Amino acid sequence: MTTLLNILLYTQIALSGVCLYRIIRGPSIPDRMVGVDIFGILVVGICAIISIQTERSFILDIGIAWIILSFIGTLTLAKYLSGKKLNE
Amino acid sequence: MNDMISLVFIVIGVLFNLLGCIGIIRLPDVYNRLQAATKCVTLGTCSILVGVLFYFGLSDAGIKAVIAIPLLFFGSTVAAHALIRGTYHFGVKLSDKTVKDDYKDAVK
Repeated sequence: MTTLLNILLYTQIALSGVCLYRIIRGPSIPDRMVGVDIFGILVVGICAIISIQTERSFILDIGIAWIILSFIGTLTLAKYLSGKKLNE
Repeated sequence: MNDMISLVFIVIGVLFNLLGCIGIIRLPDVYNRLQAATKCVTLGTCSILVGVLFYFGLSDAGIKAVIAIPLLFFGSTVAAHALIRGTYHFGVKLSDKTVKDDYKDAVK
């Protein structure tokens, strides 16, 4: 159980590294934003696996806060991309 | 028993995340990449949280997982829709292999 969870945790961390590759190499601005969005969702998965490993529940709070901040940030950047002001 | 069910859900979730990240690297343009990434990664992380729910049962951590699942599911899809709409208005070109573009007529 613990070794398999370790393998899954390291796989998840490697996948967030893949998102960093897309953020660095992305040819356009929206590519980088896609990378940031998916990176946030992967970090929530990492938080969930760590909360199972350490048997503590407060790590899931970090995940919930990260979901909400990622949602607001992506909506704001989408408004910026479509060229509108933020109060339209 | 609950440990085995939660482990199966977490393995399925990490496999979905793996497919989504392969899509992020391999697909040709930003529209395809966002489509693959959002579907696979949202389903994968929701599956991991379902695994957490099975592991902890209905204790405080399980309730937090229940709260996080709808937030992630609806928030991520809505954010991806807004992001791809903004990308189209920003003027990113579609890939060369694209067959059909219905949204171009709808914008006019």
